Amino acid sequence: MSAINSGEIDLAVVGAGPAGLAAATTAAELGLAVSVFDENATPGGQIYRGIEAVAAKRGADFAVLGDAYRAGESIVRDFRASKAAYAPNTGVWLVQKDRQLGIVRDGKAGMVAARRVLIATGAQERPVPIPGWTLPGVMLAGAAQGLLKSAGMVPAGPVVLAGNGPLLYQLAAQLVAAGVKIAALLETRSERAAALPHLPAALMAGNYLAKGLGLIAAVKRAGVPIRRGVTELRALGCERLEAVEVAAGGRTERIDAALLCLHQGVVANVQLSLAIPLKHEWSAAQRCWRPVVDQWGNSDVEGIAVAGDCAGIGGAEAAAHAGRIAAFEAARALGRIDAAARDTHAASDLAAWRRHLRARPFLDALYPPAQGLVVPADDVPVCRCEEVTAGQVRDAVRQGGTGPNQVKSFTRSGMGPCQGRMCALTVSEVIADALGKPVAEIGTYRIRPPIKPLTVGELAALE
Amino acid sequence: MTIPRDFDAVVIGGGLHGCSAAYHMAHAGLKPVVLEKNVVARHASSASAGGVRRLGRDPAEIPLAMASIELWHSMRDMLGDDAEFRATGQVRVAENDQDMAKLAERAASVRALGYDHEVVLDRKQLRRLVPAVSEHCVGGLYTARDGYAFPYKATAAFRLKAEALGAVVEEGTGVTGVEREAGRFVVATNRGAFRAPVLVNAAGAWGAEIARMLGDEVPLEPVALMMMVSARMPHFLDPTVGCAGRPLSFKQMRSGTVVIGGGYRGRVAADGELTELEFRRLALSARTAADIFPIMRDATLVRCWAGIEGFTPDDLPIIGPSKAAPGALHSFGFCGHGFQLGPIVGSITAQLVTQGRTNLPIEAFRVDRFAGQAAV
Repeated sequence: MSAINSGEIDLAVVGAGPAGLAAATTAAELGLAVSVFDENATPGGQIYRGIEAVAAKRGADFAVLGDAYRAGESIVRDFRASKAAYAPNTGVWLVQKDRQLGIVRDGKAGMVAARRVLIATGAQERPVPIPGWTLPGVMLAGAAQGLLKSAGMVPAGPVVLAGNGPLLYQLAAQLVAAGVKIAALLETRSERAAALPHLPAALMAGNYLAKGLGLIAAVKRAGVPIRRGVTELRALGCERLEAVEVAAGGRTERIDAALLCLHQGVVANVQLSLAIPLKHEWSAAQRCWRPVVDQWGNSDVEGIAVAGDCAGIGGAEAAAHAGRIAAFEAARALGRIDAAARDTHAASDLAAWRRHLRARPFLDALYPPAQGLVVPADDVPVCRCEEVTAGQVRDAVRQGGTGPNQVKSFTRSGMGPCQGRMCALTVSEVIADALGKPVAEIGTYRIRPPIKPLTVGELAALE
Repeated sequence: MTIPRDFDAVVIGGGLHGCSAAYHMAHAGLKPVVLEKNVVARHASSASAGGVRRLGRDPAEIPLAMASIELWHSMRDMLGDDAEFRATGQVRVAENDQDMAKLAERAASVRALGYDHEVVLDRKQLRRLVPAVSEHCVGGLYTARDGYAFPYKATAAFRLKAEALGAVVEEGTGVTGVEREAGRFVVATNRGAFRAPVLVNAAGAWGAEIARMLGDEVPLEPVALMMMVSARMPHFLDPTVGCAGRPLSFKQMRSGTVVIGGGYRGRVAADGELTELEFRRLALSARTAADIFPIMRDATLVRCWAGIEGFTPDDLPIIGPSKAAPGALHSFGFCGHGFQLGPIVGSITAQLVTQGRTNLPIEAFRVDRFAGQAAV
């Protein structure tokens, strides 16, 4: 093994969630000089946000957040015990094809070079553009969950949960355990018939279904009113959310609410991989973009790999295995182990990773996003930063804007501070619907660095 | 559905210059087709910072820029859309006495040519126009009726009006070869051939490739010019600001965002269609912006990008008749300052087609002026 000069990075990992942490721990064990860059103050990512602090208290919070959350404890503990270097509070605003990373920390921007880069930026919630979704008091379920995990913040006043997907039930169970009164859980749609053919495979995948059914049972036990197959979801209010309106069973219902948590699944967070840009493809099953990678996580750009939910949604457990698999491949690519050793090391992780992924076709088919929410009506804002409605997107299409980048130039959609994170999928879906073409042909925004906030002063002082 | 194949003119390139030429020809009663290999305004015409600037032009370009500014001011009447043109003026700032002397000399030389649009500003006048300018700046040069517009919207406005007048725009149509046949150009593309007695080469950074198909050799370098934009800020600036001693183009849009450019170069990727940014060089741009406008230090950058533009050795465009192929006209290689000229050069091209002459001087832009020089 060659000596590692201080400051030289074999493997730069972007993101400290399950994939990034597992990759870093494994790569460090194999003797690679690893650096993990993450924008949060503590390791864990979104899924295990704040887990060290919560675990240390071992109090009621830990029970509230459930088994799935507690699984992160050992991943974080192993990472802390490893030789991997860790840069928290560090935004990665740039990854170049030549494997230089632009980072920013404490108001200072810099560039670091790495022999290999692993992108492990996880998932983000799919936007849920309904009338009124920009009102204060309306948030995505994952954001609400984040507050519960990191700050132990419990909402006051009536809470309504709406949408579909496992995370919605998980949040409901967590809120119930925290003593929050849920006024209603409104499930937009689940497709049991379509999902059924995928059930046998999912049953082999592990205890996903038992966990899911357990969550649903806990929510029911707590007496949370559940409405299934709801449509016409609207958030009502002047200055802030006052009520939720919904159609169910042929009639319209109005439910008073101080907080509305929306959710229709999570999608790969591809902001960084698009900015490089890596080659991407449209996943029809998950209705989102994902980078094209092989089983080791290798992308079309030499030396840049992707692991975990940012390569396609597989869940936290699959992500940890994918991280380890990518670490073995990194060691091979850098000449620390040969291909045979990599295959031996990675065999059990590959098997476990594939097993976890078998649950996905069932979950993807059971909880598809509702068509009316993926392609919203004209008056619904799709780009929150620039206040662009679905109707304005359709106008731009009529004026010859045949793709997201042209629509962006016409309407400013996606030009705001979030760079399209919250509108890219909706804009592509609306254009595809208007032109009668598949989304795969429509493409998505070109994403440009910096993908994390960087000030003019910070860039000016770049070394 | 069969695609019409025979037109009065084939315009190669769906950028601002191609769409402007198509509009002016359609307005003159011709039926042109615009062949665009990608989508309209894919490269420089959407990536440009959008400065509508006569200030600091090469003397050869001044007559064209003077005529073009009138078209900018009447664009709404002409196209039904003004591409959000705002005539907030352009200022070039001097950071020291030496720069100031250079600007005064420039103003004098422009006056000597018979123009009075460039006006010297002293320290106090500069601050009246640009209150947020740094304390160290000593004066400037100013043109009142200049401003900025939205490049994509300008290109789309020419395109939509041209189409309304009968022009046809074919996107996803890349030219693979040009031949002559019975007095007509036969332009081969990935979507079949298009025929017309007139050919306009408005292919931007790809203009030399089309010129070569016609038999004209032009040394043209594709260059990726970098720009960045900030998040919205409270209003602090009206005119577009440049700098005498350092590259800078700086403007606050009506939305509050600030666009910073100035000519720092990124890289054109190997495929020739994508750009890569050079952040250490972009840092120089950020430094200049923060030096001239201290308020910018804490501004958050939302996005950096680059657009691909063709550069000639003398920093002037190629405008006018082909040498090797009678009936073909060039309008490309604008070296990063073609946006303001878009409206007038399209008009010149249409004049050349319909009347065989133009009333504006274009001798300095002739295609064969580099003859004997090695191509890049």
